Order: sequence, then structure tokens, then C-alpha cells
Amino acid sequence: MATDPIHQFQISRLIPIEIGGLDFSFTNASAFMVATVVAAGAFLYLTTSSRGLVPGRLQSVSEMSYEFIASMLRDAAGSHGMRFFPFVFSLFMFVLVANLFGMVPYFFTVTSHIIVTFALALLVIGTVIVYGFWKHGFGFLRLFVPQGVPAVLIPLVVAIEVVSFLSRPISLSVRLFANMLAGHITLKVFAGFVTSLSALGVAGVAGAVLPLAMTVALTGLEFLVAFLQAYVFAVLTCMYLNDAIHPGH
Amino acid sequence: MASQEEPDDLDKRRRDLEAALAARRPAEPGGEGPGTGGKGDFANALRLSSEFIAGVLVGAGLGWFIDRIAGTSPWGLIIFLLLGFGAGILNVLRSAGLVAEFGSKAPKKGDTGPQGKN
Repeated sequence: MATDPIHQFQISRLIPIEIGGLDFSFTNASAFMVATVVAAGAFLYLTTSSRGLVPGRLQSVSEMSYEFIASMLRDAAGSHGMRFFPFVFSLFMFVLVANLFGMVPYFFTVTSHIIVTFALALLVIGTVIVYGFWKHGFGFLRLFVPQGVPAVLIPLVVAIEVVSFLSRPISLSVRLFANMLAGHITLKVFAGFVTSLSALGVAGVAGAVLPLAMTVALTGLEFLVAFLQAYVFAVLTCMYLNDAIHPGH
Repeated sequence: MASQEEPDDLDKRRRDLEAALAARRPAEPGGEGPGTGGKGDFANALRLSSEFIAGVLVGAGLGWFIDRIAGTSPWGLIIFLLLGFGAGILNVLRSAGLVAEFGSKAPKKGDTGPQGKN
């Protein structure tokens, strides 16, 4: 088990629940999702509760993350987009905290499961579609018809645009999931080399320095990826919301 | 004398502060992410491959689904795989900023316009 790089992604039932033949068990994934939400919420609440005019360190971390998402959303979707700020900010904090939780040894990485990231992506794209149709009616469909295309090519272009639109939740979810999964497996494999090499005696211990250095470097890289993936997820959410707010000017 | 010097001093300090803030501002939004400089580029690089794969996957999935519903066995898959390939290319070019965004408004990004679309 110690050297099995996949074992860390196994889901186990903590509290088995079954309703109408469906498995609603409270698993370790659910536990870490709850922990993520609680940690993110508690951090933001507690650090901003003092409301210092001159923020302390932690309060300025909270304010920075607020500013970060707010300016990103304003840039991408205009001031109309700010009504989606709670949505984008919650998504960003959830993904970020879940990714960072995954970096703690023995913790479960929620975002390394495609069903979680796909649910998040569906939420985004569902919001885009519902808001787009609610706000613009069928005018939302102009999104798929680029201007200045010859009439002959329109069916082909529209088909490609529709497929391109439908591929968005897939790429959004696959990117996050694949990066977290691949990163954690790589980390585990290199860390496994350290133990299996050092079991070979003195020469093995000397050789184990290399994978150990690699593991240290990869850990740094994984922290970078954890931030970047949350950032990319939020940026793309903003861009997609922009399409819902301003389809085809 | 002091009353004349003070506003000058204050102005100078304010201007210095403005300059320092302006110099700092572009870096500020990146405070959350690491490596403020190449962050956007790195983020874009991470996007590219998955954009293409997603296009092809969705095309294949749609084709397979339509085949199953309509019973047009190989044709749906063939056509939609090709469409998915096209959509994948479009996704990649779009996320690289080489093609206009959805709805071809794009005043800031990829103003190659609709003629670059196909």
C-alpha cells in the first residue's frame, strides 16, 4: 500500500447511507469537501471579523483574495459581471483550498476526482446557459453565429461553435482534475523511489538523494500548480460568464 | 515661510507616493498567485492541450450519442469527430488569443476578426 501511487485517491465510506437503493454515503471525499468549505469560510470570517482599517497580515490576505477576484471579474465581464462575484469567489476559494488541502500529507485531494471538478464545471456552464437565456432569450444563440461569415459557411461554423461551446465544461474539469491527479501521482512515485532505493544499502541511500531532491522540487511545483489551477478555473469562469452577459455585440 | 514650504513638501510626498503606488499596482493583482510575471502565460500554456482534447472528446461523444439515437451508425461519429477536431483547433487558437472570442466582439483580444475564423 505504501508504494501504491493510486491508493491516495481511494474513496472510503465513513458513514454508510443508502436512500432508495442509491448510495449517499458520507465518504472521505465528502468529509474533505466539508472541511474545505469550513476552512475557507472560517478563514475569511475570522480574518475579517476585526475589520481593522489598517489590515493585519491575515486580514490583508483575505482582502487580497477579494481584490484579486474582483478585479479579474471586472476586467473579464465588466461591472455587470460583479453580480456573479459571490459565485466566482466561492468557486475560487473552494478550488484553491481544496488544492492546498491536497498538499498536506495523508489528506485527500478532492479536486483530483473528475466527478467533483465536472460538477463544478457544470455549475459554471449551467449558470452561463440559464442566465444567458433568461437575460437575452433566444438572442443568446447569437453567440454561436459569428458576424461576417459567408452564408454558405454558417451551418458549418455554427456546428463547430456549438461543439466548441459544449467542450468548455469538459476542458474546464479535465484540466483541473488531470493536473491534480498527475501531480500527486508523480509526487508519490518519486517519493516511493526514495524508500525503495534506500532499502538497497549504502549505494541505494546515496542514489536516493536524487529522487528526494526531485520530490522537494515537485512539491514546490505542486503548490504553484495548486494556485494556478484555481486561478485558471476562476479566469475561465469569468470569461464564460462574460459570454452570458454580453453575447455577440 | 513654513506654511509655504509645508504644502510643497506634502505635494512632493504625495506625488512620490502616487508614483510608488503606480509602480506597484500592476503587480498587485498577482499577489495571490505565485510568479507575478509569467503567470498569465503559464496559465495559458496549461490551458492549451486540454482545450484541444476536450474539443475532440466532445465531438466523438456527440457523434456516438447521435449514432445511438438515430442509428446512423458510422456517419455521426465520423462527421462529429471531424467537427470536434475543428472545434478543438478553434478552442486552442481562441485560448491563444489568435481568433476572436465567442460572438466575435473582441475589441481587446484577437482582433484578427472573423476572417481569421476559418
